[in-house]
Amino acid sequence: MKWIDEFRNPHLAQALLTQIRERAGQPIRLMEFCGGHTHAILRFGIRELLPSALEMASGPGCPVCVTSSTDLDRAIAMARIPKVILTTFGDMARVPGNDGSLQSARAEGADVRIVYSPRDAVRVAQKTPTRPVIFLGVGFETTAPGVAASILEAQEQHLDNYFVYSLHKLTPPAMRAILAAAEVKLSGILGPGHVTTVIGTEPWKFLSDQYHIPIAVAGFEPLDILRAVSMLVDQIHQNQVRVDNAYSRSVHAEGNTTALTIMNRVFEVCDAEWRGMGMIPQSGMTPRNEYAAFDASKTFETTATPVSEPSGCRCGEVLRGIFLPTQCPLFRRTCNPENPVGPCMVSAEGACAAYYQFGDQPCED
Amino acid sequence: MLPIISLGTNLVKIEQIQLAHGSGGRLSHELINGLFRRYLSNPYLDELWDAAVLPEQGARLALTTDSYVIQPIFFAGGDIGKLAVCGTVNDLSMVGAHPLYLTAGYILEEGLPLPDLEKIVASMAETANRAGVNVVAGDTKVVGRGNADKIFINTAGMGWISKDVNLSPRNVRPGDKIVVSGSMGDHGMAILCQREGLEFDTPLASDCAPLNGLVQAILTHPGIRVMRDPTRGGLATALIELAQSSSLGFEIQEASVPVHEGVRGACELLGLDPFYVANEGKLIAIVSSSEAESVLATMRRHPLGLEATMIGDVIEAHPRKVGLKTLLGVTRIMDMLSAEQLPRIC
Amino acid sequence: MKMCLAVPVLIRSIDGSNALVDIGGVSRTISLILTPEANVGDYVLIHAGYAIGVLNEEEAKETLDLLQQMLTADAEGGPTKESRST
Repeated sequence: MKWIDEFRNPHLAQALLTQIRERAGQPIRLMEFCGGHTHAILRFGIRELLPSALEMASGPGCPVCVTSSTDLDRAIAMARIPKVILTTFGDMARVPGNDGSLQSARAEGADVRIVYSPRDAVRVAQKTPTRPVIFLGVGFETTAPGVAASILEAQEQHLDNYFVYSLHKLTPPAMRAILAAAEVKLSGILGPGHVTTVIGTEPWKFLSDQYHIPIAVAGFEPLDILRAVSMLVDQIHQNQVRVDNAYSRSVHAEGNTTALTIMNRVFEVCDAEWRGMGMIPQSGMTPRNEYAAFDASKTFETTATPVSEPSGCRCGEVLRGIFLPTQCPLFRRTCNPENPVGPCMVSAEGACAAYYQFGDQPCED
Repeated sequence: MLPIISLGTNLVKIEQIQLAHGSGGRLSHELINGLFRRYLSNPYLDELWDAAVLPEQGARLALTTDSYVIQPIFFAGGDIGKLAVCGTVNDLSMVGAHPLYLTAGYILEEGLPLPDLEKIVASMAETANRAGVNVVAGDTKVVGRGNADKIFINTAGMGWISKDVNLSPRNVRPGDKIVVSGSMGDHGMAILCQREGLEFDTPLASDCAPLNGLVQAILTHPGIRVMRDPTRGGLATALIELAQSSSLGFEIQEASVPVHEGVRGACELLGLDPFYVANEGKLIAIVSSSEAESVLATMRRHPLGLEATMIGDVIEAHPRKVGLKTLLGVTRIMDMLSAEQLPRIC
Repeated sequence: MKMCLAVPVLIRSIDGSNALVDIGGVSRTISLILTPEANVGDYVLIHAGYAIGVLNEEEAKETLDLLQQMLTADAEGGPTKESRST
């Protein structure tokens, strides 16, 4: 497949690895912000190939993992309202809230449907005009513009039964929160390639200006990741601090202005609860007043349950880069894909799920 | 295909399955004679006894059972009927048996359109013909609307095994070669895309096919250790099960596993791994290294083995586990999936 | 499709703000509403049914060339290239 296969070339990967090994002297810890990066690094075996002085810590860039249990409970409650069709991305379906998941709600009779795109949800609303269709909006700035566009499409079509329950979040505030908490010592950050495709590289300037920490924005193929790591190692080696773009075929300084305009037209910034990180001010997105008619949280009453974590769950520490999944006391023993305790194991892109699926297993013999 | 005009009393045309079709009375008999026997007729079935009386085989017998509950029941490349025959024939073939006789038990939902049932039965007959098997016994039950999803089919299949065929995971030795008969992931992606209403404009087709002919061609070679068809759970799951049963390690080259572009594309879009997606017309064979090249040549001469490829080796390291050598040359251990892959956005 | 991921696909045809795109021979209809500047023959990155950016093929080729030079320099035992930044 064009523009995918070329960036998986093993010979070019070796060239990058040689360069990384040459430059990486002192111990380095990089945070891969995105769940997608954690997944790719493990799937392609990149972790094994990097020099041992180079550690990779996972971050909170998994929108499913950072959805608070209260918000998820609200979504499940909405699904249970008679006549409601709750549409969602597949990943959210199995995450446990306080009292079951969207999937278990479906088994009990709720009409929960997995969709690939918010446009599919709009289609459902068109086909069933007498039933409210709620789209569960989870995702960062990569996803929010499309969801915003779906609201505009619904408005254009004069649909009065399409709603979005927005749990969308912004990534720079989360990164700020991680650095401000100073729980992990980071030498550099592997930046989210598709978020940055939308928002541009400007929003990352604070990392150099305020925190003096290098960032290289990376795509998701092996060469993209290795190139970004190489750029970070260079910055560290040369004692420089900048925003590097290792994904220049997709990322530009100004980002995608059309997408940003649409996103900002429909959504405004609000405070948001991040699972494992608490409330981060001005880190969420919610529909503006003029789109209140499409806002599920304004239309459907649900009682708020208190934020809770399953007992012993340490997802928070994994999301903040303090633990590797393999360091969580529950990993594999009590918490595994068949019996997940927290969202990092349930979400296909959660760090724990990735480590479980792709990481080394203990020998059974 | 001739429409069924003779079903129903007093020449009233019946369009849908009714509860009475399962009751054993006149409508049941009309369904059996007017529909099932029109397509599935053979001397054993036509006796219409309580059991089929079959000739002696003078050989070891293989017996298998399966149930088919696939949704949607009609899909690009086949339907639930074709799948039921292929799946059962293939299970028998994987143990080296020549498939002979199938049973077919139908559980029909009240309201199932008769033309749909007819299409399915016709398809079963055609597939059975192609595979050289007969459906010798059948049963029909009808349940009320909502108590079954259109149609469920249960089968049993029987075959005979030649004296010189002794396939088993215990035959596997370090140094053996692992081969697949063709591309992975076709069936599962075709079904998933259709079921989820993912409107791919060029529909992916299931690879559903009876493998007994290919298997018999392979078995003309010595050194065939064991075979398995990678159905639910895909290539990875079948390999892991084989490794566990053989108590040896497998090393698979990711780059050698054939996956069609369309399946790769659909998997990339949906975030799925083709190695875990079901196949219904493919097999894995573990063969001695001295025979591997000639077995591949034989497979590639068969219409269902044109893309047969060697994908890995049996080794002594990491026994009972399957190592995947990735595109970057790193080997990681493959795990079973705990649940069905959902089409993901995340 | 993963949350972080967008997949490069080729635009085969455009109808209003929709595009028929192709990946590995499989086609799908997606929305260009976030990338109105995209043309037939462009590669776009699609995520959740929307194109979120147009892939710059020149940049892609340059990146691969740069890496290829790095590989050749390694093989010849020469100095490795400096990495680029914005």
